Amino acid sequence: MSQARKVGLPLMNLVRFNGVPILKQLHLEEKLLRTSSDNWCIINNGTNSPTVVMGLSGKPSELLDLESVLQDQVPVIKRFTGGGTVIVDPGTIFVTLICNRDAVPGVQPYPRSIMYWSGMLYGEVFKGIDGFHLRENDYVFGNSKFGGNAQSITRERWIHHTSFLWDFKAGNMAYLKLPSRAPEYRLARSHMDFICRMKDYMPRSVFIDKTVNAIGNHFSVKPLDLDVNAVAADVADAKFVHTTRLLMKEELEEALSVSTRELCHQS
Amino acid sequence: MALRMWASSTANAVRLSCASRPPLSPAFSLSRCFSSVLDGLKYATSHEWVKHEGSVATIGITHHAQDHLGEVVFVEVPESGGPVKKGSSFGAVESVKATSDVNSPISGEIVEVNTKLTESPGLINSSPYEEGWMIKVKPSNPSELESLMGPKEYTKFCEEEDAAH
Repeated sequence: MSQARKVGLPLMNLVRFNGVPILKQLHLEEKLLRTSSDNWCIINNGTNSPTVVMGLSGKPSELLDLESVLQDQVPVIKRFTGGGTVIVDPGTIFVTLICNRDAVPGVQPYPRSIMYWSGMLYGEVFKGIDGFHLRENDYVFGNSKFGGNAQSITRERWIHHTSFLWDFKAGNMAYLKLPSRAPEYRLARSHMDFICRMKDYMPRSVFIDKTVNAIGNHFSVKPLDLDVNAVAADVADAKFVHTTRLLMKEELEEALSVSTRELCHQS
Repeated sequence: MALRMWASSTANAVRLSCASRPPLSPAFSLSRCFSSVLDGLKYATSHEWVKHEGSVATIGITHHAQDHLGEVVFVEVPESGGPVKKGSSFGAVESVKATSDVNSPISGEIVEVNTKLTESPGLINSSPYEEGWMIKVKPSNPSELESLMGPKEYTKFCEEEDAAH
């Protein structure tokens, strides 16, 4: 886009991380959504270790193989946005957009409007790659999902964040049960038949560069250095109460105990 | 005559208005070209409604809001006894992949919470003004109701909001 056209576009702060723990990333995002009045793009190129991340209403007993999760001591986080359960690791690329409600012309602060616009944005990123589209609420190549989305919408702002499966370990998917609520196009496929690796379509650095370029078509992007540890420490700020949290081992054990009892009653 | 009167009062109670199709909508979603707005309620710009009866005000989200949000799958409501502040969030609904704040149009103390929403969050979609109510509040400043929109004003507000996008 020419410099002349970029004049008048809303500002967006761009923050890039490598390997930041997903809990710190989510704490930062929730704080920026609730307490900042700027637009933000956060790109975290991989998180440091495998972690399960559930949506706000997620129930561990329904969504996770709790025995394996507890045995392998996999951390489980409940995030502040909606949507389903993912397992993230160093092969996951996170892209988050936090915007004021009127930042994008034509986008209403409702889930479908934001999702549709995001599909168009990533259409620019994956231009020339056959088969990319937004399908129900996932990014897919053909019939296979490689990007999952979630949102949170407040009175004046919204966040749309995505975990992209640039690569993943098949074994990690075994921590996740088949969800009862799934998109129609999934057709009851197992995780391994449902998802695909983005690395088979695009190099990692090319994806990140193209994403930054695409965002630059809609915003005047300003790279910013942010100390995520300083912000994370500040999460104890009394003015802000975050809802994203790490589930305690006791909670997971209790969930396993309850679901085991229920199974015994049924049999 | 009786039928005509019934039809007339129903038409007054349920206002129909047309909203133009927002340009950035999925192609498969033909415009939901009307919203229902009820007489006797007051409305906030963040699409919550208030019904003030005696010392209690009942609060929920409007038909317009639930229509734009999609199928509600989870509702987060606060505990009874806590305060609410005009314009501030008191709970959230989850629909599709999103959690959306629900804001209180007035300040006061929560006296009752609709616990049915835990098991039946879809009541917000099927019955936003009746069974889908969210909280009941004892208003601390009843004059706050005067700054809210009436049905005609809210209908126009929704039309203008949809047309602007």
